Amino acid sequence: MTLTAERVRERVRGTILERVGDTPLLPLRSFEELRAELFVKLESFNPGGSVKDRAALWMVVAAEEDGRLRGRKTILDATSGNTGIALAMVGAVLGHGVELVMPDKVSLERKRMAAAFGARIVLTDPLEGTDGAIQEARRRAAEHPERYAYLDQYSNPANPLAHELTTGPEIWEQTRGSVTHFVAGVGTSGTVTGVSAALRPKGVRIVAAQPAEPLHGLEGWKHMASALRPAIWNEDAADVHLMIPTEAGLAMAHQLAREEGIFAGPSGGGAVVAALRVAQSEPGRIVVLIADGGERYLSTPLWE
Amino acid sequence: MAVTVRLPGALRDAVGGDNKVTADGRTLGEVFADIERRHPGFRERVLDEEGRLRTYVNVYIGETDARTSGGLDAPVPQGSEVMVIPAMAGGVR
Repeated sequence: MTLTAERVRERVRGTILERVGDTPLLPLRSFEELRAELFVKLESFNPGGSVKDRAALWMVVAAEEDGRLRGRKTILDATSGNTGIALAMVGAVLGHGVELVMPDKVSLERKRMAAAFGARIVLTDPLEGTDGAIQEARRRAAEHPERYAYLDQYSNPANPLAHELTTGPEIWEQTRGSVTHFVAGVGTSGTVTGVSAALRPKGVRIVAAQPAEPLHGLEGWKHMASALRPAIWNEDAADVHLMIPTEAGLAMAHQLAREEGIFAGPSGGGAVVAALRVAQSEPGRIVVLIADGGERYLSTPLWE
Repeated sequence: MAVTVRLPGALRDAVGGDNKVTADGRTLGEVFADIERRHPGFRERVLDEEGRLRTYVNVYIGETDARTSGGLDAPVPQGSEVMVIPAMAGGVR
């Protein structure tokens, strides 16, 4: 049975998880000489502070519904941050244990937030990054299938489905059907793939942004050419692919804070850089997804 | 003075594919300069135009974050291990 938005709403009724989604859409006012209008969808307004609340909630409810998550099974996934915090929060509310595999030396905020929600954290070699964490999560899931419900955000169809049935329709409704482009970064690719499924049939052009370099600081994004490829990723889901340098994304995150009062994380800055490139040449109404807030990076050198 | 520098997957192409290199130097800056001599282009991957550590690159000398111990002037004791880590999976411990 395919999960529906109604079923998810029903499952979380009366809890903080009712607040996942329906995030604000705001115009950007400080950019001039563009051919298109820019709007940002601020996913930091989700209760767990990022866009990952959507996928986490849907993946957990889907696993409950299809029987993969029952009894005393523990939710398991590999994450360098926001998904871990989101899964930890969802697990706390819905009564599931959560185990997160993260590269060692992830920022303090991430470890502490996930732990605050009661998650157990397993650290892997920091030099192997997120891909090393994925491999360790796979190993654990294969070794103890009776113990874990491995959600695997990189392969889980409930991840893009959350965006197809919530993020996409929200954007359509908030713009009263006037959106012409959707811009977001690609990490698991759930956002781009799901929103593409919802809005492309309505004529919306989909723009997917990636880090320009393998070594980058656009947290949550993947440099696809050098990383483990998510099973849910399909290049054809996007009409335009843009490569964004980290420095440009960081500079834009600072600019958004100072000129728009929007405290975005580095990937949000990167997504706006991608949108500006489009807005310089194509007319229309562009919606950019800002995945999280800058608060999540305060202990890193990004805001020094 | 030889030290071992361990590199993340995203930097291995800069040194011919290895996950670690041996380098000489008394400070982090000297160690990076030594790697640059043998692998031109390495330095610009980890340092910005002003020669500072890129904000999205973290370096640990043993267990110590190099940013807290002098940055590129941080002393690198002989035989120690240096780790270069992307900040996307990093931060301050």
